Amino acid sequence: MSVNNKQVEQIAKLARLKFDENEIENLTKDMNKILDYMDQLNELDTDNIEPLSHPLDLSNVMREDNLKESISRDDVFKNAPSHNEEFFKVPKVINK
Amino acid sequence: MNTEFESVIGLEVHAQLLTSTKIFCGCSTKFGNPPNSNVCPICLGHPGTLPVLNKKVVEFAVMLGLATNCSINERSIIARKNYFYPDLPKGYQISQFEEPICENGFIEIELEDKSKKKIRIKRIHMEEDAGKLIHDQGDDTLVDLNRCGTPLLEIVTEPDISNAKEAYSYLSSLKQILTYLEICDGNMEEGSLRCDANISIRPKGTIELGTRTEVKNMNSFRNVERAIDFEIERQIELVEEGGEVIQQTLLWNADLNEAFPMRGKEESHDYRYFPDPDLVPVVVDEIWKSELEKRLPELPQKRKVRFVTEYGIPEYDSEVLTSEKEIADYFEETVKTTKNYKSASNWIMVDVLKVIKDEKISITDFKLSPENLGKLINLINSNIISGKIAKEVFPEILKSNVDPEIIVKEKGLIQISDTSEIEKAIDEIISQNEKQVEEYKSGKDKVFGFFVGQVMRATKGKANPQIVNDLLKQKLSS
Repeated sequence: MSVNNKQVEQIAKLARLKFDENEIENLTKDMNKILDYMDQLNELDTDNIEPLSHPLDLSNVMREDNLKESISRDDVFKNAPSHNEEFFKVPKVINK
Repeated sequence: MNTEFESVIGLEVHAQLLTSTKIFCGCSTKFGNPPNSNVCPICLGHPGTLPVLNKKVVEFAVMLGLATNCSINERSIIARKNYFYPDLPKGYQISQFEEPICENGFIEIELEDKSKKKIRIKRIHMEEDAGKLIHDQGDDTLVDLNRCGTPLLEIVTEPDISNAKEAYSYLSSLKQILTYLEICDGNMEEGSLRCDANISIRPKGTIELGTRTEVKNMNSFRNVERAIDFEIERQIELVEEGGEVIQQTLLWNADLNEAFPMRGKEESHDYRYFPDPDLVPVVVDEIWKSELEKRLPELPQKRKVRFVTEYGIPEYDSEVLTSEKEIADYFEETVKTTKNYKSASNWIMVDVLKVIKDEKISITDFKLSPENLGKLINLINSNIISGKIAKEVFPEILKSNVDPEIIVKEKGLIQISDTSEIEKAIDEIISQNEKQVEEYKSGKDKVFGFFVGQVMRATKGKANPQIVNDLLKQKLSS
């Protein structure tokens, strides 16, 4: 399996990342190296091995439904590039 | 073209769960708090935070699965659904994809001809809700993340629904189950129950599914019905005119009674699901499952059947009474006091539900206790007051939950069953209304009602109507 420049551009777009042509070229090369390595792993026979969904052998890490205090508005907006007293502000997104 | 078309519909319902806290953090799920006040670094999606699953969400999911005949997956996985939109600060929604918690169930609905139909449920999965965006204030889009992380169950049907009526019926049944389980308040208007419909058409009798569209933004049961009807008709017209249905998402506009294609968010449906490394698998073993099974209440369909067999009330009554769990509970509390089941059913279906509807309250806010309603019914049954007087007593006792026995005594409303007293009144009225007596004797039966009215007036409505009738007939024909 391999990816081309166009697919890498699409992936970048979905992640809201911007690269110039040169960077895309390099990223495509890097990604294909990773995919080549995966192909190498694919040579192993895994027919009788259950797919692993989580690296830790843990299950049912849960909490009770107990209320905890939320944080203050000041803290809420501390990292926001734009906000008013009540809301985060983002560039207008088309909705309807 | 003369091809006849049939429609094929599948529904995706999102039910907001009645937990106190969000699905992955301890923030409150309370509706209506000031914007961005129920948030913390976890639901804000700050780097380095670790979501921890709310156990109650799993329990609610399993309970709904059991109540809708699903198989519960012993092991289920939590996944990330990646998309970029400001209502989700993390850039992904935590949801389930492969191995959801419940699969392969069904809900049975009743069709118009009273026959039953199974609507298969493909899957039920747990996920977090997104925040709320406000687009129409100023130049920017405003973001409120209070709702972000509120637990949802998504219930997905197979394309088993054939028309808008069936969709309505399925949705009502699902809402009924959710509210009986007390895991969701089922309020579509407030968005705690949301429904998207996948709709396609195909020539009648064919098997292959046509291209489907998805209709969203229907915020009432009525609107779901109307939107589905609209979209089926739109697709049929389009195809009949030689056009082709394209796969797209439409937003229902209830004011214009029309659905419009949605733009924006849709450009790419590449969600790139993968197991969330922050959240380990959920295992529901037999022990936990059977504990939850024991917590299930009697479900609406079962209760409806039981009401008919146990109380001997008509099926229609039973359906009305069990439509909401709280109404059914009120009925069962009432019949602890009175053994006149049909009368209890009538009073609740007519008088109690009317007050609730007029005052736009829920039965849990209805002040008159079932015990006092039962007592009122007993007063009629034992001929202490007449049915007519009872209707007058009812509005007086319901506001502050007064014991009807007390008010009947205090106001001297006890029915007159003493024949001599009634006879006296009748004799007087007959002697004062000779003209009407003549009319009656000449065959004008209608005048009888006039006499009843007069006697009732003379006794301030307290005369036992049966005795009045009997005595009047006797006296007038002598």
